[in-house]
Amino acid sequence: MDFNDTPAEAAYRAQVRAWIEEAASDYAEPSGTPFALDDFVARCKAWQLRKFEAGYVGITWPKAIGGQGLTPMHQIIFNQEESRSYAPTGLYSIGLGMCIPTVFTHGAPEIAARYVPKALSGEEVWCQLFSEPVAGSDLAGIRTRAVRDGDEWVIDGQKVWTSFAHRSDFGIVVTRTDFDAPKHKGLSMFIVDMRAPGVEVRPIRQMSGGSDFNEVFFTGVRVADSHRLGEVGEGWKVSLTTLMHERLAVGGKPRHAPGYQALMELAKRVETDSGPAIERADVRQRIADTYIADEGISLTQMRALSALSRGQVPGPEQSISKVVVAKTMQEMTAFAMELAEASGFTVEPGSDLDKLQSSYMWSAGLRIAGGTDEILRNIIAERVLGLPGDLRPDKDTPFSQLKPL
Amino acid sequence: MNFDLSDDAKTLKDAARKFLDARAGPQAARRVMDAGLAQDAQLWAEIVEQGWPAARVPEAHGGLGLGADEACVLAEEIGRSLAPVPLMSTLAAIEAILIAGSAAQQAEWLPKLAAGEAIGCIAWAEGARSPLQQPAAVLEGGKVSGEKSPVIDGLAATLAIVTVAGPDGPAMALVPLEGVSRAGQETLDLVRPSAKLQFESAPGEALGTAADWVKLTERLAVLSAWEALGTADAARDMTVAYAKERVAFGQRIGRYQGVKHKLADMYVKAELARAHALHGCWAWEADAPELAQAAAAARVASLDALKLTAEEAVQLHGGIGFTWEQDCQFYYRRNRLLAASIGSRAHWAERLVRALERRNRTAA
Repeated sequence: MDFNDTPAEAAYRAQVRAWIEEAASDYAEPSGTPFALDDFVARCKAWQLRKFEAGYVGITWPKAIGGQGLTPMHQIIFNQEESRSYAPTGLYSIGLGMCIPTVFTHGAPEIAARYVPKALSGEEVWCQLFSEPVAGSDLAGIRTRAVRDGDEWVIDGQKVWTSFAHRSDFGIVVTRTDFDAPKHKGLSMFIVDMRAPGVEVRPIRQMSGGSDFNEVFFTGVRVADSHRLGEVGEGWKVSLTTLMHERLAVGGKPRHAPGYQALMELAKRVETDSGPAIERADVRQRIADTYIADEGISLTQMRALSALSRGQVPGPEQSISKVVVAKTMQEMTAFAMELAEASGFTVEPGSDLDKLQSSYMWSAGLRIAGGTDEILRNIIAERVLGLPGDLRPDKDTPFSQLKPL
Repeated sequence: MNFDLSDDAKTLKDAARKFLDARAGPQAARRVMDAGLAQDAQLWAEIVEQGWPAARVPEAHGGLGLGADEACVLAEEIGRSLAPVPLMSTLAAIEAILIAGSAAQQAEWLPKLAAGEAIGCIAWAEGARSPLQQPAAVLEGGKVSGEKSPVIDGLAATLAIVTVAGPDGPAMALVPLEGVSRAGQETLDLVRPSAKLQFESAPGEALGTAADWVKLTERLAVLSAWEALGTADAARDMTVAYAKERVAFGQRIGRYQGVKHKLADMYVKAELARAHALHGCWAWEADAPELAQAAAAARVASLDALKLTAEEAVQLHGGIGFTWEQDCQFYYRRNRLLAASIGSRAHWAERLVRALERRNRTAA
């Protein structure tokens, strides 16, 4: 057992590290206050273009479509090195992480040729239009309608929780094209131009105060049939490609989110009525629990990396990641805020507690995004442990005739 | 990155699983419990034949000279199968002698332990004391005096590693058990019997230093973590199988989220613990300074996984799970043995935080 790179991995890491140290040297640790959106977008675009020019985009994608044709291990090494810097990356995680793999897996070659290069260079930003107000966990219950009209389709409906929709050039949208088929069988996926007539984006204000997501309304939006991804009625299968990539993306502890070390730091400074917080048994217990969760997930990821490094598929234990990370974040930050008594709930931008407070607010969303805690438990129980699936009374009935039990 | 058991260890694990599936398991455990035996002597003879006690003993002393990985997979399979044999105690005594034994002590005892001619035990427990609190037992002029209870496998053992009061905290003594008075000590675990050992000026030799005892407890924490993982996995597998077959309200109960989410939680806790157990195994094998923190985390995480699994296994079986005839009791009871075997969860959580504080001070 060891934590070392193979010689080939070490060589790639050295090359990447040297490049990032030089290329990302201008990016400093962000203050507590987030960047204005325009600045954020401009910073992300500039960094993506630098990576594109240096050959560090689409690392695992085929060379034929502009990728580097390397292994998942190369991608991971690049991500690890990139995350040592403060280079801005958030704008492209959905487009390049989920949408474009769906485009080149299921789209016609000329469609891939049109869209992939500009996505890789960062010139065009992509969003994913899946969830609807009536269909979150039960994604196959969506109602956004696409109706064929000659060589085009006309889309009407509403999507929600779309990250960066207002800054996106294109999106992939899953629609219902057959209301008389059972719910999983009547779906089709399209590429949609976010500036097409009839597309309206409205930001959602989250309970945390920020607006990272949007609602997107479609009113008579026309899409060419050439922009369909996969066969008509095969939209569910196509969306599984995207979701598979989503689960890989929404995994470990968010970058720079506070962990057990933050709790230890805070506890060293706080004096409680039963002495210094760091000496209190309940505080030490919580530090231990948080370490076990945080570090356990990092170590679990190393198990996956070890499999990838050998060219194998990671084991099912990767499925525990988000369910542990999100709840641990919520529990630890709430505990830490209470440790600081009233100051723990006083908002002072830039204070020590600021990060803990924003993590607490954000954790509530993280427990839902990319598969709720409950759905993830179902997945573990059904796919890993082999338990029978929930009864699905709506599975074989035509969608138009569904009645809730 | 190669954060995984060695291929040799995986091969040994598969072989051990196959052997113990056929020879041990809850039914064998029940026979030992019903007969009130100190161990399954026939099974122990076969395990000695397999060479498992010799795993960690260097070849120069008649052993196989294997690494920590192999010891960990044996612990896991013993935990899974509940095998009523003193293998874990013997492996523990071997580690003590490997860490702290003089050349003469190693030459005298390692070949015997490897060949199954001696059976070891770790006699540290004294009432409510933790493993790092000063014991009442003493070693004076080559004689050990004091009472140790419960000593797991203390009825079958022929050699004890006894903790005695030392100038820097608990230290170890090596005490052959011929002539030492002992009696069965009833515990909650009815499959792996314990004893009360009464040392009255029993001939014994000092074994290493207080620091060696600390290091031994760390290795035993890692071993116990693997054992607990094996036990937890077996209890979960049994419960998953039951949930797939038991019908209530016209459905197999495994369809209910109230049931499947508990089973998923068992899996989550077990895999979190497995990551720490692997880390502990790595730190042990590499003799890395991270051993203190890795061993403590492995112990705490694995006890959490086992406790949840053993308790909810009974719950998910319902009334039948609470009967004497059903096997849930073995896991429920073993959960208490392992929680007490080498210091409590709270003891190790505190050691984890101290290790993190030491590391932070070193880094700063």
